[in-house]
Amino acid sequence: MTDRGTPLVELRDISIAFGGIKAVDHVTVDLYPGEVVGLLGHNGAGKSTLIKCLSGAYQADSGEVYINGERAVIENPRDARRYNIETIYQTLALADNLDAASNLFLGRELVSPRGLVDDVRMEAETRKIMARLNPNFRKFNVPVSALSGGQRQSVAIARAVYFNARILIMDEPTAALGPHETQMVAELIEELKAQGLGIFLIEHDIHNVMKLCDRASVMKNGQLVGTVNVNEVTDEDILGMIILGKQPEKTA
Amino acid sequence: MTQTTSTTPNTGAQAAQEGPVSRFLRATELDTRLLGMVGALLLIWIGFHFYGYLKNGFGSFLTPRNLWNLSVQTASIGIMATGMVLVIVTRHIDLSVGSVLGFCAIVMGVMQVQVLPQFLGLGHPLIWIIAILCGLALGSAIGAFHGWLIAYRGIPAFIVTLGGLLVWRGAAFLVARGETISPVDSTFALLGGGPYGAVGAMGSWIVGLLACAGIIYLILHGRSQRRKFEFPLRPVWAETFLGVIGCGIVLGAVLLVNAYPWPKGIVKQYAERNAIEVPEGGLFISHGFAIPVLILIAVGIVMTFLMTRTRFGRYVFAIGGNPEAAELAGINTRWMTVKIFALMGFLAGLSSVVASARLNSATNALGTLDELYVIASAVIGGTSLGGGIGTIYGAIIGALVMQSLQTGMVLIGFDAAIQQVVVGSVLVFAVYLDKLYRSKSK
Repeated sequence: MTDRGTPLVELRDISIAFGGIKAVDHVTVDLYPGEVVGLLGHNGAGKSTLIKCLSGAYQADSGEVYINGERAVIENPRDARRYNIETIYQTLALADNLDAASNLFLGRELVSPRGLVDDVRMEAETRKIMARLNPNFRKFNVPVSALSGGQRQSVAIARAVYFNARILIMDEPTAALGPHETQMVAELIEELKAQGLGIFLIEHDIHNVMKLCDRASVMKNGQLVGTVNVNEVTDEDILGMIILGKQPEKTA
Repeated sequence: MTQTTSTTPNTGAQAAQEGPVSRFLRATELDTRLLGMVGALLLIWIGFHFYGYLKNGFGSFLTPRNLWNLSVQTASIGIMATGMVLVIVTRHIDLSVGSVLGFCAIVMGVMQVQVLPQFLGLGHPLIWIIAILCGLALGSAIGAFHGWLIAYRGIPAFIVTLGGLLVWRGAAFLVARGETISPVDSTFALLGGGPYGAVGAMGSWIVGLLACAGIIYLILHGRSQRRKFEFPLRPVWAETFLGVIGCGIVLGAVLLVNAYPWPKGIVKQYAERNAIEVPEGGLFISHGFAIPVLILIAVGIVMTFLMTRTRFGRYVFAIGGNPEAAELAGINTRWMTVKIFALMGFLAGLSSVVASARLNSATNALGTLDELYVIASAVIGGTSLGGGIGTIYGAIIGALVMQSLQTGMVLIGFDAAIQQVVVGSVLVFAVYLDKLYRSKSK
């Protein structure tokens, strides 16, 4: 692997345990600008837990997070947002009783000069970004509970994209989507990558991994099996890592 | 004039199918739940009036006197119900409001009757202000303490406030060893209503006209905002209709409260004190809006503003809708809980001002069972115990429904036991209707 300077993110030696069970066990992964790193593994391998240490939802028991080579302390989601880390959670983390605009700007509402929430401006901005991400989206004035799975997903994606993230975490972004929408997410990932974002992608579908990711880090039982350059291995190799915890011959 | 009346591209097809009623509702964007509640309220009013008419020969419900009293009686519960909306929307409950009210009332009573006169002298103009500030601060502090226990110590709100229900009621007894503190400061007493505690005919007209100006401003401002961002506009007839109805209700209320004259005894007293000749036919002095009602309206406006126009309100709903998502969106949900309970405590303190001023005395039993009426008001007003849904105006109308039922049953002579049976049944039935409504509108 060529030296590419300082990684955008480095999660170094992260461990976190829940009541004696080591969910993440001394895992180190990194991410460079303009790169997509896939995080793979069985359910319960610790992918989501690891990534929640970066998004501020959990705090690691030990280990450090470096952003642009500097030590970053992320104690809660507010801190993560300050480092321009945006997350699309598997559960989408939408407040079902609020409309798309309120969800998109939740915690970062646009306010008028007098400090009041500016619903009209937020809806206008939401219409703009949704026109780009999901041109068929029309339901701006209903709670998101009334939306389809794909529409809800696009709201969650819009939220992550709108605020000029530098680091994007996507936890199974295509799980609820049909083929057409999945294709749109793939195109979006390419576009964001070209803009120089670093993306952690948690994904089960091996074909999506082969297509979208530059590198893949595989986890099993809380431990890192290894990280490979996707174009140097076959999907068989990666499946072997996921299922058997077996290192392929060439590791990155 | 160019304007867009369509909201979505497929409205054309919809409009062809829908009848005049649904077209009317869509154009005015009125909440059908609100209409339902107002309808139920009117039904209760008319029902009691005609029951009285049939049974006693005259209906006493729809009279200026009764409706004026009804408005005053609703104030105390209504003020607290607006705060309970926030508590219930965030999936908590507050069982302690009645006891906190009693405790604040007794502390304010002791302050203004026993403590402050020693330092300031009896009847000093600052007494009532200091007493009220103490009561409000005390209520807020108790609420914040409850919120802290819930948010930072992880004790369920039900338990914290159940404990609070006993603790503060007991504390209220201890403060004055169960004595009734009376009479309160004369200025303080005005805040409870009564002939002197109302703003009179002229004051009511001023309030009413200001309210009308506010309604018209809101409609025009909303319209210009929508136009600025090229959102679909409501048709002009719908805007006009809303304006006319809004102003009509306000002016109707002004006429109503001005139609209720002072009792003869009070007029005589007043005339003697001010050296006015009372003409032969008697002097007609209107009550006008009672001060506690104006307090309730002000609280309702401020709370509605808080819930719909500020980040705080947005976070309240977000926490209710999905606490985990709110936390992940960077909202400090624990601190929010403290603030919400502190606000609830503040409103219980404010309510205790109204309640003790109205009685012109403070007792340790003041506000007993209020928590149940407050919760019932919020729930009847459409606040969902599942969290995330609720409106301030709904809670106030809910309080009005509860109070109307009670007043109505007193007027037609039901005894206390039947009143309890009816109020309890209505609560359950109202929530059932609400559930039906929601599952249908889904």
